[in-house]
Amino acid sequence: MTEPAGIVLKNAWLIPAIPLASFVLVGLVVRPLSRRLAGIVATAAIFVSAAMAWILAWEYFSATPHGEPTAVIPWTFEWLRYQTGLTVKLGVLVDPLSILLMVVVTTVSALVHLYSIGYMHDDEGSGRFFTWMNLFTFSMLGLVVAPNIVQMYVFWELVGVSSFLLIGYYYQKPSAVAASNKAFIVTRFADLGFMIGILILGFYGFRLFSELGDAGLQPFDFAFLTSPAVLERLATMHLGTCDISILTLSMVLVFMGAAGKSAMFPLHIWLPDAMEGPTPVSALIHAATMVVAGVYLVARLFAAFAASGTALMVVAYVGAFTCLFAAIIGLTQDDIKRVLAFSTLSQLGYMMFALGVATVGHPLGYTASMFHLFTHAFFKSLLFLAAGAVIHAVHTNNIWEMGGLVRKLPITHATFLVATLAIAGIWPLAGFFSKDEILGAALDGGHPVIFAVGLLVAGLTALYMFRIYFLTFWGKFRGMVTDPVHEVPALMRVPLVILAVASIVAGFVPMGRFVRIGEEHHAGINLAVAIPASILALIGIGLAWILYSADGRRAAQCTVRMGAFYTVIKQKFYIDEAYLFVTRRILFRFVARPIAWFDRHVVDGGVNLSGWIARTTGSVLRHLQTGQVQVYGVWFVGGALLVLLILWAGWR
Amino acid sequence: MIQYLAEHGPGLIHWLILSNVLFAIGIYGLLSRRNAIGILMSVELMLNSAAMNAVVFNRFLTPRAVDGEILALFVIAVAAAEAVVALAIFVALFRNRSSIDVNRMDSLKG
Repeated sequence: MTEPAGIVLKNAWLIPAIPLASFVLVGLVVRPLSRRLAGIVATAAIFVSAAMAWILAWEYFSATPHGEPTAVIPWTFEWLRYQTGLTVKLGVLVDPLSILLMVVVTTVSALVHLYSIGYMHDDEGSGRFFTWMNLFTFSMLGLVVAPNIVQMYVFWELVGVSSFLLIGYYYQKPSAVAASNKAFIVTRFADLGFMIGILILGFYGFRLFSELGDAGLQPFDFAFLTSPAVLERLATMHLGTCDISILTLSMVLVFMGAAGKSAMFPLHIWLPDAMEGPTPVSALIHAATMVVAGVYLVARLFAAFAASGTALMVVAYVGAFTCLFAAIIGLTQDDIKRVLAFSTLSQLGYMMFALGVATVGHPLGYTASMFHLFTHAFFKSLLFLAAGAVIHAVHTNNIWEMGGLVRKLPITHATFLVATLAIAGIWPLAGFFSKDEILGAALDGGHPVIFAVGLLVAGLTALYMFRIYFLTFWGKFRGMVTDPVHEVPALMRVPLVILAVASIVAGFVPMGRFVRIGEEHHAGINLAVAIPASILALIGIGLAWILYSADGRRAAQCTVRMGAFYTVIKQKFYIDEAYLFVTRRILFRFVARPIAWFDRHVVDGGVNLSGWIARTTGSVLRHLQTGQVQVYGVWFVGGALLVLLILWAGWR
Repeated sequence: MIQYLAEHGPGLIHWLILSNVLFAIGIYGLLSRRNAIGILMSVELMLNSAAMNAVVFNRFLTPRAVDGEILALFVIAVAAAEAVVALAIFVALFRNRSSIDVNRMDSLKG
């Protein structure tokens, strides 16, 4: 078979390098000059990157139309050399998975940048905003193209840092600061697991490397870690006398990192709070960067997860649980962006369990997960951008203070409706196809419980999405704002329309041809799945119409009838409170406080003691320095005499 | 002793005793004089005693060589230069503080 080749493919390193260069340029040179120009430069850079990503995809897939997809590494650079045979390279890995992510990341990021020029128009700090946005995009691209797990981890953390910077963009707002800290700390806690997983993999991988490795690979390379020989050996190694194989242990730890980034239960708590950032940031975090990193990691290491069945089951059940859990909470939230955040959680749950139900012999879920990642990126970024347009117009996030915007914001309404239908899985929009494939994979993979959860959530998705749709756009305007509501400027409409078109057509992309394991999968609509899923979605929409069309009066009665149950859901099952309890009451009191005492009294005490000794000695010796030359002379003569005496005594 | 000296002339040991006495007087003056000029004079005494040592050793141990005498000449030259510097410092000191009493010059007291 032919090796894919092309100009862009050979220079694929430019795709992450351009945002990096733009980040430096905008941050250091352009931003102090003009924040308008900063936005334009930053956006242009991402558009160039996006164009390259599309050309790259075309070059790659036209070179390998039906053959087995190959991984190409057109550029590497030796970065860390620990010892002979153990080096870590920075590089660019081009295979169908990374191409898919590159296309998604650059496209969505470019459109979000374009939208941000309009959205951040009146913000004095928008130069800073665009700088961080470029950094964010660069980090995600670096993560996506990583050929080894160490590079991925480095960029993984960079993504964390840039999301921290962007979520805390309004740093004068205490809630934004708290949210950015929360996002950073929660994901960092998860990354601890990821790092330990990497270390375990690296340790055992290096031991196996001497017998199994070949010249072209390094112990940390994904190609080495997912090669069957290595996985077979890792799966048979055991940790001491425990019944857990090294492979399962390391994969579960790696999944902890993935769950943190992808906000899987119970590490999901940072994502809803991440709404404190500007809306375009939310769109970027939720659609293209950050949260899909976890799904991508699992997909990248899919062979390793699949080799350890236990780890894959963890992925599947955590995904399915998050999917249902987030959808239920999403039904009760009042903040439009928060509902979208929970819907992201739910959709990420879909992607995760789709990976979890796939096996090497039956890899439909793998394709389905990536397909859903692809389509979700478009309609979720569209939802956020449209929600941003609504917020821009009515200056509130609360859906109960909106309503009746259908006339005032026609384009926003149309695009929001498209995205809502897409996420609800209505034929022929994008979400229908990917969700159908996921549910089909769950059913065929022999996971009836997960399939049932997926089906139920399909209905719930339609319900909570149409809930905010009806409350936002229909009924009477319930807000306090008296100044007229304006449609967004043309600059912001363009990305909305492009994303709406993408949300419609993305479902027709034959993903089974592009991203797959083994045989090419011909996507067909699985009627046994599609019909019940569509019916449930329609029921969800109908229910939303009944409950929320008349300004939500019926829903209010319903709420009262549900009583405490409703309150529990609305308080997000008190997960945040549970975290606070565990951290404040237990960790702070019984762990942090003794450590702080030890630090303050023993460690600091030692330091203070040495300081005290030096100071006291000095203050005693100080009296010797009288400033009188003759006193010094006496000391000198006395000393000389003493030396003479000693010499004399020794000579004798 | 006068009789002895008249008969034999002073020997090495006598010169060394003289030089030691001069050196001790110099040290005593250095440590006890309060006037800077007096200290300078004491230093000169010590220098001269050391120079005398050189000459005396030369004279009694290696009478043919002149190393000791040359060293003494150097010491005298250095002493002259040192006196110049020291006196200049004293003049400057006196201008600033109207005194050359070393007990009052204790600005470096710790």
